[in-house]
Amino acid sequence: MKDRYSQTAPVFAALGDPTRLRMVAQLCSQGPQSIVQLTTGSKVTRQGITKHLLALADAGVVRSRREGRERIWEVEPARLAEASKYLEQISTQWDEAIERLRAFVETEG
Amino acid sequence: MDRIEKTVTLRAPQDRVWNAISDAKQFGTWFGVALDGPFVAGQRVTGKMMPTKVDPEVAKLQVPHEGLPVEWQVERVEPQRLFSFRWHPFAIERDVDYSNEPTTLVEFSLTPDGNNTRLTITESGFDKIPLERRAKAFAANDGGWTKQAELIAKYLSR
Repeated sequence: MKDRYSQTAPVFAALGDPTRLRMVAQLCSQGPQSIVQLTTGSKVTRQGITKHLLALADAGVVRSRREGRERIWEVEPARLAEASKYLEQISTQWDEAIERLRAFVETEG
Repeated sequence: MDRIEKTVTLRAPQDRVWNAISDAKQFGTWFGVALDGPFVAGQRVTGKMMPTKVDPEVAKLQVPHEGLPVEWQVERVEPQRLFSFRWHPFAIERDVDYSNEPTTLVEFSLTPDGNNTRLTITESGFDKIPLERRAKAFAANDGGWTKQAELIAKYLSR
C-alpha cells in the first residue's frame, strides 16, 4: 500500500502543471507526437517542452521511442489511468449517494 | 480535473427533494451521517458517519467508517433551489487531523421538471487538495477501480 502512494504521488505532481496537463491532453487526443509537433502552437519554447516531457517521463506518464532522427512521445496509458482514479472514486461515491437519495425521496411519502 | 458534476431527474416533487437535502436529519438518513444540528447558512455543523438507512448493502460497506467525526461548513441555504457546504474529501483516516487542509465545495441545485425534480450535484476545488491526500485516497480504495482503470487504459491505447 505504501508503495502505491509513492508511485502515484509523482503522477499528480507531474499533472499539476497546466502546460504539462495540456501536453498530456494533446498526446491523448492526437496520438504520439514529436517535440516539433508538441511545440507547434504552444507558447512554450522547444527547450521548455523538452523539460516538461522529461518531468512527465520521470513520473511515468509518458514514454518515448526513437523513429529515424526523431524522438516520438506518447502517453503511458496504465499510469494515467491510475492517476485518473481518484476523481472517479469520488464520482462513484456520488452516484451511489444519488441512488440512496432516489430511494429515499421516491419511496417514502 | 477540478470538479465532479452529476445531474439526475428524481421522480419526486421539488419540496420533497428539498427537504431530503436541506433537513440535516433527512440528509443523514440517506447519506449515512448523524449530524448534531440543522444546516444554517454560514455555520459549521458537526456529526459522525453512520451507515445509511436506505440501502442495507451500502450500509454494510459504510460500517468501517462508522463514528468518524465530520465537520462541514454550510455556505448557502436558498429554499427549494440551492444548498451548499464545504467539507474535506477523502477524510477517512481516523488518526489524521484534517482541519488545516483545504476543502471542496459541494453544491446541490434543484429545478422543477413537471412533477419531477432535476438535481445537479457539483463538487469542486479538487485542485487544492494535497497530492498526498489524493494518492492515499486512491490507494485506500482500490477495490472497485480496477475495472474502470482497465477501460481507460484500453481507451487510451487505441
